[in-house]
Amino acid sequence: MAAVQDGQLNMEVEKDIKTEITNDGSGNINANSSSPGSTSSGGKSKSPAGSGEDQQTLLAVLQFLKRNKLTESVDILRREAGLSADADDSPVSDSAGAGSGGVPNVSADGGDANSLLSRVSIATPFAPPATAPPKVVAASGGEDQPDVNVVLSAYSQQGDPVLYPLYYNGLKKFIESVLDCHRAELSQVFYPLFVHMYLELVYNNHENEAKQFFEKFSGDQECYYEEDLRILSSMSKKEHMKGNETMLDFRTSKFVLRISRDSYQLLKRHLQERQNNQIWNIIQEHLYIDIFDGMPRSKSQIDAMSGSLAGEGKRDANKAKVFYGLLKEPEIEVPLDDEDEEAENEEGKPKKKKPKKDSMGSKSKKQDPNAPQQTRIPLPELKDSDKLDKIMNMKEATKKIRLGPDNLPSICFYSFLNAYQGLTAVDFTDDSSLIAGGFADSTVRVWSVTPKKLRRVKSAADLSNIDKESDDVLERIMDEKTASESKILYGHSGPVYGISFSPDRNYLLSSSEDGTVRLWSLQTFTCLVGYKGHNYPVWDTQFSPYGYYFISGGHDRVARLWATDHYQPLRMFAGHLADITCTLFHPNSNYVATGSADRTIRLWDVLTGNCVRILTGHKGPIHSLAFSPNGKFMASGATDGRVLLWDVGHGLMVGELKGHTDTIYALKFSRDGEILASGSMDNTVKLWDTLKAFDDVELDDFTAATGHIHLPENSQELLLGTYMTKSTPVIHLHFTRRNLLLAAGAYNP
Amino acid sequence: MAEERRPKQCTVVLPTESMKAMAESIGVGQLQEESCAALSEEVSYRIKEIAQDALKFMHHGKRRKLTTSDIDHALKLKNVEPLYGFQSQEFIPFRFASGGGRELHFYEEKEVDLSDIINTPLPRVPLDVSLKAPKEQQKAESTEPLKVVKPGQEEEGSIQKGQGAISAEAKGKKEGLMRMKPRSTHELSVEQQLYYKEITEACVGSCEAKRAEALQSIATDPGLYQMLPRFSTFISEGVRVNVVQNNLALLIYLMRMVKALMDNPTLYLEKYLHELIPAVVTCIVSKQLCLRPDVDNHWALRDFAARLMAQSCKTFSTTTNNIQSRITKTFTKSWLDEKTQWTTRYGCIAGLSELGPDVIKTLILPRLTVEGARIKAVSEGPVVSNIDKIGADHVQSLLLKHCASVIAKTRPLPDNMEQYRADYGYLGPTLCSHVVKARAQAALQAQQVNRTTLTITQPRPTLTVSQSGIGGSGGSRSPSIIKVPSSLTLMSTRPGTPTQPSPPATKYIVMATSAGASSTQQVLDGSLVITLSSSSGSSVTSTVASATSTLQPLVKLESRAASGLGGSRPLQKYIVVSLPTSASSSLESKSGMLPPSSSSTSPISLEAGMKMDHTGCVPNGTLLPI
Repeated sequence: MAAVQDGQLNMEVEKDIKTEITNDGSGNINANSSSPGSTSSGGKSKSPAGSGEDQQTLLAVLQFLKRNKLTESVDILRREAGLSADADDSPVSDSAGAGSGGVPNVSADGGDANSLLSRVSIATPFAPPATAPPKVVAASGGEDQPDVNVVLSAYSQQGDPVLYPLYYNGLKKFIESVLDCHRAELSQVFYPLFVHMYLELVYNNHENEAKQFFEKFSGDQECYYEEDLRILSSMSKKEHMKGNETMLDFRTSKFVLRISRDSYQLLKRHLQERQNNQIWNIIQEHLYIDIFDGMPRSKSQIDAMSGSLAGEGKRDANKAKVFYGLLKEPEIEVPLDDEDEEAENEEGKPKKKKPKKDSMGSKSKKQDPNAPQQTRIPLPELKDSDKLDKIMNMKEATKKIRLGPDNLPSICFYSFLNAYQGLTAVDFTDDSSLIAGGFADSTVRVWSVTPKKLRRVKSAADLSNIDKESDDVLERIMDEKTASESKILYGHSGPVYGISFSPDRNYLLSSSEDGTVRLWSLQTFTCLVGYKGHNYPVWDTQFSPYGYYFISGGHDRVARLWATDHYQPLRMFAGHLADITCTLFHPNSNYVATGSADRTIRLWDVLTGNCVRILTGHKGPIHSLAFSPNGKFMASGATDGRVLLWDVGHGLMVGELKGHTDTIYALKFSRDGEILASGSMDNTVKLWDTLKAFDDVELDDFTAATGHIHLPENSQELLLGTYMTKSTPVIHLHFTRRNLLLAAGAYNP
Repeated sequence: MAEERRPKQCTVVLPTESMKAMAESIGVGQLQEESCAALSEEVSYRIKEIAQDALKFMHHGKRRKLTTSDIDHALKLKNVEPLYGFQSQEFIPFRFASGGGRELHFYEEKEVDLSDIINTPLPRVPLDVSLKAPKEQQKAESTEPLKVVKPGQEEEGSIQKGQGAISAEAKGKKEGLMRMKPRSTHELSVEQQLYYKEITEACVGSCEAKRAEALQSIATDPGLYQMLPRFSTFISEGVRVNVVQNNLALLIYLMRMVKALMDNPTLYLEKYLHELIPAVVTCIVSKQLCLRPDVDNHWALRDFAARLMAQSCKTFSTTTNNIQSRITKTFTKSWLDEKTQWTTRYGCIAGLSELGPDVIKTLILPRLTVEGARIKAVSEGPVVSNIDKIGADHVQSLLLKHCASVIAKTRPLPDNMEQYRADYGYLGPTLCSHVVKARAQAALQAQQVNRTTLTITQPRPTLTVSQSGIGGSGGSRSPSIIKVPSSLTLMSTRPGTPTQPSPPATKYIVMATSAGASSTQQVLDGSLVITLSSSSGSSVTSTVASATSTLQPLVKLESRAASGLGGSRPLQKYIVVSLPTSASSSLESKSGMLPPSSSSTSPISLEAGMKMDHTGCVPNGTLLPI
């Protein structure tokens, strides 16, 4: 397949790039409904282009200009375009797909929040069919191939393969000889350099040299890159590079390094003195060096932040303001009796401020300065039933147990018996009355854990016979014959990897290997909608805390924001370099966090579609996320068995909790945020003292500005308890409204 | 380490021979060597790629095992048709064949007769997925406010802190799974099941003769290893139940079973210690073992169990399992606890003392003063319950018994009463007199050892007591149960039998007879016959301290080969006739030189079924409990 296409390479390159552009343009139109920029840029760039490559270069530069407004990068690009025609920056031409950094697919001018919902519905007619997945991987054959070739062509620069180890060794010697304070920083260069040199060797068919190079230097790399090295090691032929995701990740995105100015000057001087152009070219082309003024960082500081597929997040990527505060709770009086409720409903809308206040009402009268505008994104209005639920919630909250290091929660474990490792996802409703499980046999099962049985609504024919005026009409529409403790939902055609209840307990979302997200009604226990958009497995889906919206993310590396009543996504968040493994809404519903197999966490603004945070530091795919109830902090757990704590506002890592020995699949903050519970594949639940963890962090302006963190070395002191199950991996955790911790997992005999 | 592995990963490719074999299998012969090499590299790369994708599915499936469906999904991801219908009963379904210098692994495809499949009964339908939650949850759902329960204190339903198990849940799960998935690996044959049933019933039944036989069988039968897990579960469960019900007799029976199991040289108890040791320790230190602690002699059980414990420490303690030090710690900890009851205190001290003079020296002697004060408070204090008083008395005599011999050995003369009081507090004076006696005893023993020494180096000592019936007629096995009025002790250095420290002087004349003469042996009516089977490389000294002078106990020592197989060996017999006990020794036996288990208050009656032996290959006699 590949060989055939190589023959007519040029032709196809050109053709496909065109289609790519139009695709891209329409995609943008779909999302903003008014962005002529990208289409016109496509038009402009095409005209002066003589050869295919010139065209790409110009296109790339122009697109980059338009999209990113990164003058720095643009300058570099221009310089390179002047130097050699080969040095076009393909990540840009690729940006329609994996994209680079925080390139939004949705333009930022869609700020008029009120019109958002309506606008999307208008935009839907123009939307392209779901056949344009923004995926770069050559899974479907021909279409992606030329794209790959473009990417690869950057490697065609020839150097003497024999000299590569010498170059590398020379640099290694130099870095080992520099002052200690610079060494750690400069050592960061090793890994990306190693990878790119290896790939160059492979691309230029120096298979043996490549292997030797790999064997010689792979041992020097940091242990947390082992996974990537393994993938790299299997690539020894030019043909292999086509369609390999990891390879593409290296090429399409610049590896980001943070280096102090002094260290950078040292490196630069050394390379220029030695006339070491090979290495200098790689650094210029493939690395993004984020230079900061100030003290070089220590080894531990670097290690804490590195480990992601594409280096650290750029500093300016985390500069955007994040409104992490909570939205104001709607004012609802807790009625003394049910009659009061009707009166309250008139005023109880979310936007209205009301001076009257109940003792257990919302926490502060003043608007939190860090909170987004109440109307920043349109939220569904509260229904009567929602208000009832809120009242219930408040009542429960009064009985809540105040947790702390001396007052640990009780843990109640729900084990799934006879699941035979088939349990893939679990969710609890907020009031802990229902449990849903997704299974590898494509089924979704819902259990009621209260004495209240699950009942279906009667069929249409029966419903017509009901007296609609009667008081207990809601009771009458239920079919008593269908009452049972659990219900099975059939519809998916692959393992169900993600599951989420709507806050009002009327709906259930499930995402599956079959590429769909399904919305189920918990009234009729039938499937209502199948959301098709991801063409690849959807690893996770999550309802917004206010309902209506939901987020999904999967193997195609794009997170999609949906509204339940639209069959097309409202937003597509592209930027991750590998599968999106978990998704989570911020408590204020204005942001969405996604964890990925590229070992980064990104925070996306729902309103603009921009990536507002890139958090690096994990050394393995991230499998669980949790926001603290106040929205200020985030916790993330990965396959490396570590939990990292983040300050969302500053975009900084504030803690590292070590202790688990296997993948962490579940994280949850207690209702007041004092305790973080983590559940892992290693059959344990651990409780951590988060108050202490967050108190210990001293955030001065300097650290906030530079992102240099000093992690306290005391994660063991924060560990409040370890609770082991016999043989049940913990895959979900949930705090009830009274702060009882519920855990769930499948018994694994 | 990881660095070392990496280069390997880099180079692993499928052998070119595989390519050739595959090519041949689809009809392509004569594949070029280069093509093979190129193909194998390509194929290896693709396989690795698919494996990496499959891993993703495994992670998201929240499993540790990669399954074939993961690979199917990974193939689907690459738009490759998955392999339909691949499943294998075996772990590796490939068969190996070689010939003509070539080695080949192939997938065996059997011809299956459809009618066979149709006619086989359907397997049981697997149980449906179900949700299991502890009872605690019901409380949580009710409207009453939740009580804060700390993890360590929850009775049930929540995860026990650091205990490694979710108690209630784990139990529940076990039940659920046991029902549906019976373990098939350790099935007992019908005969074994019958045997097991008989033995366990006899061991805890009311017929003492049967019990003696059963215990004898456990202690000698070489083919019991398959039943060992059942026995150990039986014992541990039995102890658990009977401790709660304070059923002293059953506890004693169960401990005798433990002893019999330990005596059996063909059994390897190491793997079942986790069940046996808790059971034994329970019998040592439990607060209450009988319904009427003031009357029943549960002290004997404690002593017996303590000896069992000491024995298993000696036999099974290794540097890895550290049984001895763990046990010692357990005992010491509860002994040091102020609130510990006298019964438990007694058990702890007994358990520690049995571990040997070193333990006594380092752990018990330093505590004598404290313990003495405590005893004094009870015995001389004003208001005290009878039970406490009895307990304190027992603790005192226990301490005196064990400490005296150790002090006698370690402490230099002279034995000054005042000095003792200064050193050991309240117990000092009594201790002093005991030490003096112990020294005298030692001296006497030394003399007697010079005079008559009984050292038998033969395999397997099991002590059997049989009461000779009226006639010596061969087959008559009337299981008459006779209470032996004499107190009786046995000293053996062979591991496997609880030992008793400092035996009284030997008082036997041993007569050896040839094997053939056994049938002619005359047994006196109404006399006690003790059969001793001695074991390899160890010396057995057995003593019978006869309290009733009317009886002339006869000790018969019988030597056999190491196992029950040794029927071919001629049987050698020793007749040991006890000498009339001297005044001094009988005095000693009354004054506490004998362990309480053999004292006259012991509820464990020495009962023995009568059995006469005529052929050498039949192990004769019945087992003596203590």
